[in-house]
Amino acid sequence: MTDMISNQQNENSAIDDQYIFDIHDFNLWYGSDQALYGINMGIEKNKITAVIGPSGCGKSTLLKTLNRMIEMVPNVNTSGSIKYDNADIFSKKQMVEDLRTQVGMVFQKPNPFPKSIYDNVAYGPRIHGIKKKKVLDEIVEKSLRGAAIWDEVKDRLNQNAYGLSGGQQQRVCIARCLAIEPNVILMDEPTSALDPISTLKIEELIKELKDKYTIVIVTHNMQQAARISDKTAFMLTGELVEFTDTDTLFSNPKDKRTEDYITGRFG
Amino acid sequence: MSNVRKTFDAELDRLKETLLEMVKLSQNAIDDALRALKETDLEKAQAIIDNDIQINNYEESINNQVVKILAQQQPVASDLRRTIAVLKISNDVERIGDLAVNIAKSVLIIGNEELIKPIEDIPKMAKIAQGMLSDAIKAFYEEDVILAGDLAKVDDQVDDMYGKLIKELLELMTKYPNSLSQITQLCFICRYIERVGDHATNISENIIYMVKGKMFDLNA
Repeated sequence: MTDMISNQQNENSAIDDQYIFDIHDFNLWYGSDQALYGINMGIEKNKITAVIGPSGCGKSTLLKTLNRMIEMVPNVNTSGSIKYDNADIFSKKQMVEDLRTQVGMVFQKPNPFPKSIYDNVAYGPRIHGIKKKKVLDEIVEKSLRGAAIWDEVKDRLNQNAYGLSGGQQQRVCIARCLAIEPNVILMDEPTSALDPISTLKIEELIKELKDKYTIVIVTHNMQQAARISDKTAFMLTGELVEFTDTDTLFSNPKDKRTEDYITGRFG
Repeated sequence: MSNVRKTFDAELDRLKETLLEMVKLSQNAIDDALRALKETDLEKAQAIIDNDIQINNYEESINNQVVKILAQQQPVASDLRRTIAVLKISNDVERIGDLAVNIAKSVLIIGNEELIKPIEDIPKMAKIAQGMLSDAIKAFYEEDVILAGDLAKVDDQVDDMYGKLIKELLELMTKYPNSLSQITQLCFICRYIERVGDHATNISENIIYMVKGKMFDLNA
């Protein structure tokens, strides 16, 4: 009997370990307009989860909720729960700064600070009180290597990040995100402003980052979701229509609405 | 709901039409080959061999269309399955054309030599195999997975008849040792007809995959 109970506990903790985010019956309103309806989904650790859907379906809203960036929009109300690492992200005990340290974000347009490449990456660690040059040097190199851009910028770390190409700027932004050692990286259409080669470089990078981080990516590019993600969620008018393995979703979706959207028969 | 992919739909329709045209040629080739056997029509047999190039050209055309669709449209879900299914089915249809050629070649080898014994069961088996091919194409056109699935049972009948025919022909070999060449060709013909049934079953498997997204082994 005791064994059974401990086995049950082990199983439960195995499930808890599998998911870094557990979203349960989650609703969100902008003022009186409901944007998300009863979302239930688990985001698996060390997996790439893609969220697709037409404009206005709520995918970016959902993404921005995961690190509470959504609270920057006035008049946002929510119900239901979102747990990060088994703790409610909306609880009073949860410091929003801590959450955002662990759940980093990369945006649609590369948005480096108007500073040197070095200072861009060192910005986060400095805010967290790291002052020693040697430690910062190490973090900057490690982060830029992690973002697959070290070799391209190592000789010009003190130059302004604005002088880089769009694809390079985006990788510096990813490095800036990695510098504070998050567990999760949220990406909101990270390649939509980039050319195809830069896009492929970022996609390769995202796949490499999966070993160390959990990635949630919102993308308008369905082929991108099909290429890089392990799981794909399809959203429509604030509802989660289908959430399954990417291979299944793109070869044999269960819901007619998913089929219509991904095959482009949804006008 | 409006369709925003009219060009793509037109390409998929054209692909399907090309396959159906190709199927007609292969069906005719098999029908003609069996008629040539029955009527000892050597001219007809030769025409089947000469015309096989048309079927091969259709396969190449389907191949090219599929490559273009994959490269330009990146189909997903049922579009992807339909595209892949047509590509695979075209391969079976091309092989059926080859089997018609093989039968025609056997007819030529037998030549004007009189058949040692009218073998009624060969046309009977051929009729079932031809029916399987027609049903497989109907199932493809109508996306009818039940009809496609039923073909596995019909294929078992063809296999049984094939076994009996071979046994009968082997017995004839001992009775008519001077007609070994003719009897061997008849054995080959039986084998070719039996293979038509197998290809029809393969086509059925791909229809089920196309509609349901799952592969079933109907030849097991």
